[in-house]
Amino acid sequence: MKELIILTINGIEHGVLVETHWTLLDVLRDKIGMTGTKKGCDNGECGACTVIIDGEAVLSCLILAIQAQGKDILTIEGVSQDGKPDTVQDAFVKYGGIQCGFCTPGMIMASRALLNKIPHPSTEEIKRGLSGNLCRCTGYVKIIEAVENASTTEIT
Amino acid sequence: MEDGYVNIGKRLPRVDGIIKATGEAKYAADLSMPGMLHGKILRSPYPHARIINIDADKAKRLPGVRAVVTGNDTIGFKAGGISARGDEPYLALEKVRFIGDGVAAVAAIDEETAEEALELIEVEYQELPAVVDPVAAMNEDSPLVHEHAPRNISYKTDLSYGDVDKAFKKCDYVREDHFETASIRHGFIEPHAALASWDLSGKLSFWGSKQSPYFTYRNMAKALGITLSRIRIVQPFIGGGFGGKNEMFDVDFSSALLSRKTGKPVRIVVSQEEVLFAYRQRHPTIIDIKTGLKKDGTIMAVDAHIIADGGAYLSIGAMSLYLMCSFLCLPYRLPNMRARGYRVYTNTQPSCAMRGHGVPQSRFAAEVQLDMAAGEMGLDPMEIRLKNALGPHETTPNGFVITSCGFEESIIEGKKVIEKWRKDRPKDGDPNIKRGIGVGCYGFVVGPRVAGHNTAGAVIKVHEDGGVSLMTGSTDSGQGSDTALSQIAAEVLGVRLEDVRYGMVDSDITPVDPGTYGSRVTFITGNAVRVAAEDVKNQLAEVAAKTLEANPRDIRFKDRRVYVAGSPERGISFPRLVKIAQYSGAGKTLLGRGYWAPEGLKVVNLETGRGNMSATYSFGTQVSEVEVNTETGRSKVIRMAMLHDCGTPINEMAMEGQLEGSAIGGIGHTLTEEIIRKDGRTMNPSFLEYRMPTALDACNVEILHTDTYDDVGPFGAKESGEGIQVSVVPSIVNAIYDAVGIPFKKIPITPLMVLDALKDKSGK
Ligand code: FES
Ligand code: FES
Repeated sequence: MKELIILTINGIEHGVLVETHWTLLDVLRDKIGMTGTKKGCDNGECGACTVIIDGEAVLSCLILAIQAQGKDILTIEGVSQDGKPDTVQDAFVKYGGIQCGFCTPGMIMASRALLNKIPHPSTEEIKRGLSGNLCRCTGYVKIIEAVENASTTEIT
Repeated sequence: MEDGYVNIGKRLPRVDGIIKATGEAKYAADLSMPGMLHGKILRSPYPHARIINIDADKAKRLPGVRAVVTGNDTIGFKAGGISARGDEPYLALEKVRFIGDGVAAVAAIDEETAEEALELIEVEYQELPAVVDPVAAMNEDSPLVHEHAPRNISYKTDLSYGDVDKAFKKCDYVREDHFETASIRHGFIEPHAALASWDLSGKLSFWGSKQSPYFTYRNMAKALGITLSRIRIVQPFIGGGFGGKNEMFDVDFSSALLSRKTGKPVRIVVSQEEVLFAYRQRHPTIIDIKTGLKKDGTIMAVDAHIIADGGAYLSIGAMSLYLMCSFLCLPYRLPNMRARGYRVYTNTQPSCAMRGHGVPQSRFAAEVQLDMAAGEMGLDPMEIRLKNALGPHETTPNGFVITSCGFEESIIEGKKVIEKWRKDRPKDGDPNIKRGIGVGCYGFVVGPRVAGHNTAGAVIKVHEDGGVSLMTGSTDSGQGSDTALSQIAAEVLGVRLEDVRYGMVDSDITPVDPGTYGSRVTFITGNAVRVAAEDVKNQLAEVAAKTLEANPRDIRFKDRRVYVAGSPERGISFPRLVKIAQYSGAGKTLLGRGYWAPEGLKVVNLETGRGNMSATYSFGTQVSEVEVNTETGRSKVIRMAMLHDCGTPINEMAMEGQLEGSAIGGIGHTLTEEIIRKDGRTMNPSFLEYRMPTALDACNVEILHTDTYDDVGPFGAKESGEGIQVSVVPSIVNAIYDAVGIPFKKIPITPLMVLDALKDKSGK
């Protein structure tokens, strides 16, 4: 049986008809058309689907859409402000933290969540904060550098 | 060589960086079309079985199901790296040959319905004896994976130069060792995905996660039995490939076939679990290698016997095997060499190209053995390498012609790194932690000449505002070639990188191209872009010459200005020149065209392989430092240095990214990654159980150049994407050897292996 739910995504309320077992990831991608959040494993192992819910990094493949009702959901589409990439996005571009880009939206969301908690993380803290997000292309070196640099710039 | 470049050699952010950072970049699974159906593939549960019957009636009657297709709905085309020996149907015909082989495909109104339908398809199998071990597969009485291949030999290579037996007799030191490498996976995070749309005019449009879209262009036409020009392959952004997305797969074919059958667009996105058990892997190998040296460390002869587990199908494996064998000839002088390679069919996932393509396996063996020899002979591993290093303008006995080569310098720089590291190493620490430093070296192809069409093309359109559209047939699967190619176009035309708009592959429009493999794109397509840019620049120079009253040869293009050489004030802006060209007189349409392939290369015979397959070669030395915890057996890479000759980098930041990815990936290959199988079934088809490096494994990677300027490469560039991955694994293995005195001959080196070896050692 489908259920009508309201999801607050990037500050906008979306009414969606969902099956109760649908994940937030599938609803974002297939029902709302926000494909910026990626599905790498659908099993909580890669981090590509990371979104921020009420300030916390959450794997959207592991949470049901119905569980996300009444919460503040931030996806990669809501990160840029006034048509401009935010500090973390900027740093990823500028310091080469992006190659194929498939892990990138999840990495950026995980980095933002980390910087919200620890505004000036040490390298070790960055590594720990991103250890749930897999990247096969970059070897993480430039991603860590990007987050380090973003942490010294004010978050927009 | 001209300096003062505006675009070349700069640390410029990649052209697609922003849209990837905002999530706007569209990958195959992000695409959808009105009326689109969703597909799923039914896979074989058996490693080896005959298909007696498939009954899809129940599945077809499930509400929401639109079509079911099986091998019976195909014309029976079989794919393979050597077309005449194609052995892999996109949907199984009479037999299935590994757990995961595609048997049927369903299209339904949504994924859940398609999934449900799979369970309703009744396949009657007759199980056949399976063979999953490559050595057993070579026995006369082993079950045959393919009837046409006795002893399951999928491909054989026998390279022989000089007189190996005679040479060994003259050696002061000879050793023989047995090495093994595990099956590992490409590890891209984006699963395979395809969207196909067949229209009633008989034309197919296809969007798929393909790193070499023209592979699919050709095979799709063959498999569907239609002519090439009816196929349109469009490339979205690709979420990593590393060799594992070159070929066309069941997912690509099934989406097209189902679209033809239903008249609707069909999208199939496979799960990561399917990627991990039903698609490609790197060839696992068993390598016996004998090496002979003179007292002074001169390498005299190598004799290698290689068994590569090819899995169920040929794939690109003939090339893999040839590379494994022939790259024993690089990067050291080797007067006598024999390499006998057997690629063997087994009832497991097919093996194919993966970053470094075949070379990492054999060089792991050769480089580790070299350190063992050095250790026993009392020679310094760096000196032995220096002594045998190939240099510029040498030709290897199998015919590789070396032109630019900064290899020797890379070893010398490597030595300095080691000296420095030994000095600044912390003194008293935990007695259970042993530190060690190891080295590995490599030489690699830069755009190999392979059979078939080998040329890259480029088309450039200049817009009235001075913007430039660049189209090639090459694909950026993450490595940054779209950016490098755009930089080349920008530099030749004297504009800036942000003025260039890069158009991704659309086979209706972009030039035909072989694909993204063998580190060919920047080198070969880069030259095609250079030629195309020069073509349109010459057209513009004619106009500028008239306007500025000068000789066309004296017109210069730089940083959005066009001027007369020697008098920069006699010039106009680039956009203004374009307007003049388009509007004055009868008016011009500004289109540049170029194509390029290296000259004088022959297609090497993969079985006997003599010949030069690459216009130039890249070289390098990798140094790694590890800490081995003798209590837990855990090894940790502390830092790395990569000293390499990639020619002259087009984009330093992108180049570093390639090297860092290779380095950290190599840590996984050496220490943690292995596909575990039991009776042909993959036991760890998840990222949780198949352990790839995470950010916690990332270490400091120092990148030092011993770069050359390659005369053939665009702006002096060679390759940086693959080669150095070859040397990462042996450098770590050799570092562990240095730390605890145990040379491991099998990768990955697990903590258990370390503990066992330490126990054995102290027991002696
Ligand atoms: S898709 Fe959610 S963690 Fe991989
Ligand atoms: S950039 Fe490709 S997986 Fe991270």
